[in-house]
Amino acid sequence: MSTVTSLRTPDATDTVRDPAEMQRRVKLTVTLLLVSAIIFYFWWTIDDEQVFYLLSGERTRDTVPGEISTHPVTLTCGIVVLVAAVAAALGLMRHGATTLISMLVVGLAFLLCFVVWAYSDLDVAFKPWITNPLPGTFAVATPLVLGALAGCLCERAGVINVAIEGQFLAGAFFASVVASLTYSAGAGLLGGIIAGIGISAMLALFSIRYLVNQVVLGVVLVVFAQGLTNFLLDQIPNDATIKAYLNEPPKLQDIAIPGLSDIPLIGEAMFDQTILVYLMYAAVVFVTFVMFETRWGLRVRAVGEHPKAADTVGIKVRRIRWQAVLLAGVFAGLGGAYYTVGSTGSFDKNASSGNGFIALAAVIMGRWHPLWATFAALFFGLMSSLRNQLSLVDKIPSELLTMTPYLATVVAVAGFVGRVRPPAADGEPYVKS
Amino acid sequence: MPDEEQPRDNKAGAATKTKPRPEPETDRPSSGPASWLPSIKVTVASIVLALLVGAVLILVSDRQVIESFRYFFSYPWDAFRNSGQAIGESYSSLVSGSVGSWSAISATLERAAPLICAGLAVTLAFRAGLFNIGAQGQLIVGAVCAGYVGFHYDLPPVVHVLTALLAGLAGGAVWGGVIGVLKARTGAHEVITTIMLNYVAAALLTYLLTKESFQQPGSNNPRSEKVDATATFPSIFGVHSGIVLALLAAVGVWWLLERSTVGFELRAVGANADAGRTAGMSVAKVYTTAMIVAGLLAGLAGTQQVLGHQDSLTASFGGSIGFDAITVALLGRATPLGTVLAGLLFGALSTGGLAMQAGAASTPLALTQVLQALIVLFVAAPALVKAVFRFRESDNGGAVMAKGWNS
Repeated sequence: MSTVTSLRTPDATDTVRDPAEMQRRVKLTVTLLLVSAIIFYFWWTIDDEQVFYLLSGERTRDTVPGEISTHPVTLTCGIVVLVAAVAAALGLMRHGATTLISMLVVGLAFLLCFVVWAYSDLDVAFKPWITNPLPGTFAVATPLVLGALAGCLCERAGVINVAIEGQFLAGAFFASVVASLTYSAGAGLLGGIIAGIGISAMLALFSIRYLVNQVVLGVVLVVFAQGLTNFLLDQIPNDATIKAYLNEPPKLQDIAIPGLSDIPLIGEAMFDQTILVYLMYAAVVFVTFVMFETRWGLRVRAVGEHPKAADTVGIKVRRIRWQAVLLAGVFAGLGGAYYTVGSTGSFDKNASSGNGFIALAAVIMGRWHPLWATFAALFFGLMSSLRNQLSLVDKIPSELLTMTPYLATVVAVAGFVGRVRPPAADGEPYVKS
Repeated sequence: MPDEEQPRDNKAGAATKTKPRPEPETDRPSSGPASWLPSIKVTVASIVLALLVGAVLILVSDRQVIESFRYFFSYPWDAFRNSGQAIGESYSSLVSGSVGSWSAISATLERAAPLICAGLAVTLAFRAGLFNIGAQGQLIVGAVCAGYVGFHYDLPPVVHVLTALLAGLAGGAVWGGVIGVLKARTGAHEVITTIMLNYVAAALLTYLLTKESFQQPGSNNPRSEKVDATATFPSIFGVHSGIVLALLAAVGVWWLLERSTVGFELRAVGANADAGRTAGMSVAKVYTTAMIVAGLLAGLAGTQQVLGHQDSLTASFGGSIGFDAITVALLGRATPLGTVLAGLLFGALSTGGLAMQAGAASTPLALTQVLQALIVLFVAAPALVKAVFRFRESDNGGAVMAKGWNS
């Protein structure tokens, strides 16, 4: 992002009369005005003076919740967004870090007002309190981030990975089986990793060795993994004693990191989690570091952008691709394990329920960059978490709320991410001529 | 696509050289449009290979067989007999359940019709360089519109079914068109938007099913009224005429792709968007058109689900048709004829799979899913199939669109 900024004219006073730029400015202004109008509508219609929130801990009889005064908060947010709209109209919102931050502020202001509005004026005796959406965010986002990392690794090396969902399913199933057999959730993670690598190996074999179209292959592997896990699940007899050995795994326990887990707001959400979540943090750092700071990572990116050039300088294109795809299997398998040992326990049919495709969307939304893909997954996680939270409140029909994370993603993609450019050789098998 | 312009004498030359060997496909001299013969050969070989793998899974799933393998070395005959019996029973019920009787055939055709339509939706978008995962969403919206017209309005017989059909087509087209417009105007990647709009459509359906105007009177179940008899497709020999519509749609798509200017632009942009733009085509227009037509086709698949048999809308009426459609289109190598054949095959597999589950060997339904995946996998990997069956052909048997994401 920052490189884009520096390429633009550094002189902020220089008024560009480029029609595309003007169009962008008009669009941005109109959008911001709409957002502020909605916030002012909230401010106007809310009758409650206060709503209560509780950011950590359980709600008991003695808990004293925090209070948000609805009117000042919504009014302030509305004015902030209005100021942003004026700034956009004056052409101050260019590409750059300031704009990014101000858009983030606008987004958060809107979310805050929306939540406040949803929790106010409820016609119930027992008023719900706003709770912290972050724990839910991490719960949803953990497997998505891991899947997205797997996608980034594969696609940066030039192998399209539509099969993340398949890796999730295989990982979830085998994590459950291995954990049940060994009575150890940790061993279950290992089982998930091996299953993820297994699907990855199929992906690599057929795409790199047999030159199968990779989109086709990915879809097929998803169907294959669905069929296989369903088939194997059917093979587990419906007998409680046998089932206990095969599909009733112990779950991962939360481990609180001393000190860090006491940080208000984020401590409980980020540092009182299962080992899988910590592995996810480590994986983000690891993949980003490996991909951009090591020789191997440079090679991965080289074979994904221009395999012929990479081959010319002596890089073994197929070998690097194999390595990248297999490594991706580790992360995708871990992500799959989340759906059994990481959260609910035993494996059900379609345990990952299409989340692999959302991870794929996160890869594309994050422009094939592990960090941005992580943010995309977290964004989706936050939206899902808010959705789950608001569905307990009767202001909006929960069936309609169900679609908000998906709609929000569409809006974010259409409005802010726009055209993306995949790695140049993504999906093209390399044949040495 | 490359497999249509391959030299046709390739196969004949190869056949004379090879020793006579049990080949799964006939050795007929290539007459007429025989360029697709090699690819048929690979397809049949893939099916055989997939069935072989499936046989192993049947053995694994059959308790009797596993029991008899325990004493394999003392009395191997039992193991062989039981294995043969299990495989024979499973596959014979697969065949008889899908094409064994007229009722089985009609079930297969009715199952195949929406698969073909939705498959065409994926095919068409594919040819324009778009990966349409969104057939499911377009199908749901189409079915909701068709169903609503079907049960809410009272119209004369012929008009009613036509209106409902048109409503379904329009609904699907709108849902697909949104993706095309977003792609054309903002560059939003269609894979993301289609995935997300699938979920949105599913949520919309569940929401509508909580509304009174959609529910059956006096009931709170998330199930709509049945569509009126006047709004259902007429049946021909016990099969609803949706299959005819599906075939007509396939012909229409063929004409559109191969014989019309729009189709030419579509294929050109799909092959290379930059080249298309340089040649003066409006890529934005092509994307929008392709997605609208794709949505229309998926909407047609949706109408067949509700108008075919006087059905009501439920939260799960769509099943996984939209997703299976991707596999169908890919198996059909993104050609209309291929999609029809693949749709028929998948329709047969899924009705046969049900029979197999109910049959004597009670093979799990999931097996057909594995079979479907393996067939497509092997078809897409002609090099593997040829290595297994020792075909000696130099052509690639129709490698499908070896392309990546189109940005």
